Amino acid sequence: MKDLLIYCLAKAKKAKLGLSKNKGMRDIMTVYYMEAKTARLSRRKVAWITSGGPVEPLIAMDIIPVYPENHGAMIGASKMGAELCEKAEEMGYSRDLCSYARSDISCATVNGGPIGGLPRPDMLVCCNNICGTVLKWYEIQARYFNVPLFILDTPFCHTEYAEEMKRYVKRQIEEYLVFLEDVCGRKLNHATMEKVGRLSVEGQQLWQAVLDTAANRPSPMTAFDAFFHLALIVTLRGTQITVDYYRNLLKTLNDKVEKGIGAVPNERYRLLWDNLPIWYRLRWLSKKFAEHDACLVADTYTTAWCGTLKYMDENKFLDSMAEAYTRIYLNIGIDEMAKTVMDMIDKYHVDGFVMHSNRSCKPYSLGQYDIRRIVQEEKGIPCLVIEADMTDERNFSESQVATRINAFMEMIKERKG
Amino acid sequence: MVLMKLLDEFHGIRDDPYTYGKKLKAERNRKIIGYFCSYTPEEIIYAAGIHPMRLFGAQGEITLADTHFQAYCCSLVRGALEGALKGKLNFLDGTVFPHTCDSIQRLSDVWRLNTSFGFFADVVLPVKLNSESARRYMTDVLSKFRNNLEKGFGRRIEDQHLRKAIDTYNHIRTYLEQIYSLHSENPHIISGSDVYAIVRASMIMDRDDLLDKLPAVVEGIKRGDTDADNGTKKRILLVGGICNHPDVYRILEKSGGSVIWDDLCTGSRYFSGIIDNSGDPVESLANRYMERPVCPAKHLSVKSRGEHLVNLVKEKEADGVIFLLLKFCDPHAFDYPHMKEYCNRQGIPCMVLEIEDRLPTEGQLLTRFETFMHML
Repeated sequence: MKDLLIYCLAKAKKAKLGLSKNKGMRDIMTVYYMEAKTARLSRRKVAWITSGGPVEPLIAMDIIPVYPENHGAMIGASKMGAELCEKAEEMGYSRDLCSYARSDISCATVNGGPIGGLPRPDMLVCCNNICGTVLKWYEIQARYFNVPLFILDTPFCHTEYAEEMKRYVKRQIEEYLVFLEDVCGRKLNHATMEKVGRLSVEGQQLWQAVLDTAANRPSPMTAFDAFFHLALIVTLRGTQITVDYYRNLLKTLNDKVEKGIGAVPNERYRLLWDNLPIWYRLRWLSKKFAEHDACLVADTYTTAWCGTLKYMDENKFLDSMAEAYTRIYLNIGIDEMAKTVMDMIDKYHVDGFVMHSNRSCKPYSLGQYDIRRIVQEEKGIPCLVIEADMTDERNFSESQVATRINAFMEMIKERKG
Repeated sequence: MVLMKLLDEFHGIRDDPYTYGKKLKAERNRKIIGYFCSYTPEEIIYAAGIHPMRLFGAQGEITLADTHFQAYCCSLVRGALEGALKGKLNFLDGTVFPHTCDSIQRLSDVWRLNTSFGFFADVVLPVKLNSESARRYMTDVLSKFRNNLEKGFGRRIEDQHLRKAIDTYNHIRTYLEQIYSLHSENPHIISGSDVYAIVRASMIMDRDDLLDKLPAVVEGIKRGDTDADNGTKKRILLVGGICNHPDVYRILEKSGGSVIWDDLCTGSRYFSGIIDNSGDPVESLANRYMERPVCPAKHLSVKSRGEHLVNLVKEKEADGVIFLLLKFCDPHAFDYPHMKEYCNRQGIPCMVLEIEDRLPTEGQLLTRFETFMHML
């Protein structure tokens, strides 16, 4: 198993580009997955949780959180997506369904993939703030593993976060804690919970600061780096380890800023990325844009893990968490999403907008054309739509994408000179 | 033959709902609200004196909606937007979007930003339906919708209006269920296509007119006033989301089967659940949604849909199940392998028919149905 872990992490490392070696992440993730896979021996409980779910109570309860979506990303980066997706299709799941879900569902039955499958869950925690897909996916896993499922139902905020939503989500946070206490057979220590809450907010603030360094010219990091460094704010939000890691990273990046070292050697054009990464083509895409002296300085995806800081109160974490988890980027109307995009365009001095139209993710992708129109009308910058999929490489045509990127970059060059 | 005349009328409305809507507006000056989903609280719209009219998405070529939605978006959502952008829905005074799946969720955004039919409301229902807090939230959301309608149309919706609405809908649902039952007990008594047309028209027609006509329909069916054929039919349960294809029923009957019940959003899920009209009317409406057979975009329990399916098969003595899947409909596609497994475990034969927009050719479909009928 360890070999598999190392293999996977080496792959993940390969996906990391631009920045100097970052041994820290590799070590942390190795230990994390080793701990999760040996949870039975250490008698700790394992919870599978969605990427937008409230992990902090799990950390406070000493439950190991495991992220099938993070697993999906690893499968994609290891280029094992197509094979596992095909297996799911043999099980009867349509090829049109989310490739994270397909690969995880089939992986669970064969313990395949880059790390030989995820550790068996004792419980499942599904927060539908990112999509309706996770609801179906977690129902499937709840049946397969025959374990309790908690659903945190965060009403969709088309135009508002209304009073009745607030009450509903707050009640569910209480129900969530009761659920965890029931499954674990012990009480939550509220002092620990407060500490974890503060660490979570601190981690998110640091993650925001890391991403903010890209506002500099040249940018010391690219979105491809952000995709790599993201792992901790997703999986271990609320731990000291995460805070320390981002503090160090921030220092490294600030040093680069001071020395004027850019992530892309001759940064001339600055781009914004939308939607999930195309995990199996990160290196290729990174090279492709760098060839044009273009740096993907920011993205709407990794920003999501610090995007609702404005609603969080580190001193009343559990209370404020309800709003913060409900109003995340994917759980709001497309006009508000477009506004977020335009704020980022200003903040990071962006020359062009690259949208990944991701077959796997309907809440992220349906509505992109309208966001593109709004952005073009109000900001007047070129926008490119790439048709692909985050994990299933059968839905990627390299030559087509290359042609489109070249044409898009020509437009930007003409415009900017 | 009263029944035949009524059936002609229902088929006509089913064929061309927009002309019906335009006429209702022009001749009777009715306010009309369009909706796409069986979780729409129609009783509240009706209680406001407004006509709730279900929309099923325009079929045919998609051109205008292509600038808003990718090709991997389902034909219901794309077709719905196409109809709106082409001006086919200009008789509407508003639209309402209950929260269901990821695609309808985004259709609501795109609709709000690109169309103008006057009134617009999102009814952000809970996704989970198995907790007390969800029940309370459901009630809150329905109350809010009631207030929004009052504000939007400048009319009061009193409790007594809601009670009358619930009463009307209880009657309509009882009649529809009775028609399904009569057909299920004796599939020769009326054709599946006719039953389909009745239920379909029920979602389009003025509900008072409908309620006036349904008793005669039931009586006519009981008397055997239709000319359905007398061959032996395999008893089929049709399972899925929406069915926009009357031909499915006709071709299935040609192949020797008959849809004797369904678990469809445009079928039994629409009329299941009689509402207890003695308590607070909004709470009563909420209770129906909490207990009604669920759409796969909602959560009652991890086994509820499979169990409901098996119960239906037993109760209705179905010989086989046909899963009707709309391409790119995620909630149903995710449930399909599990539902199929339920069938396999119980020894219930099943087949799947995936439709993108149009049906396969009649010959192809007939062959597939015939092959399935031979297995039963």
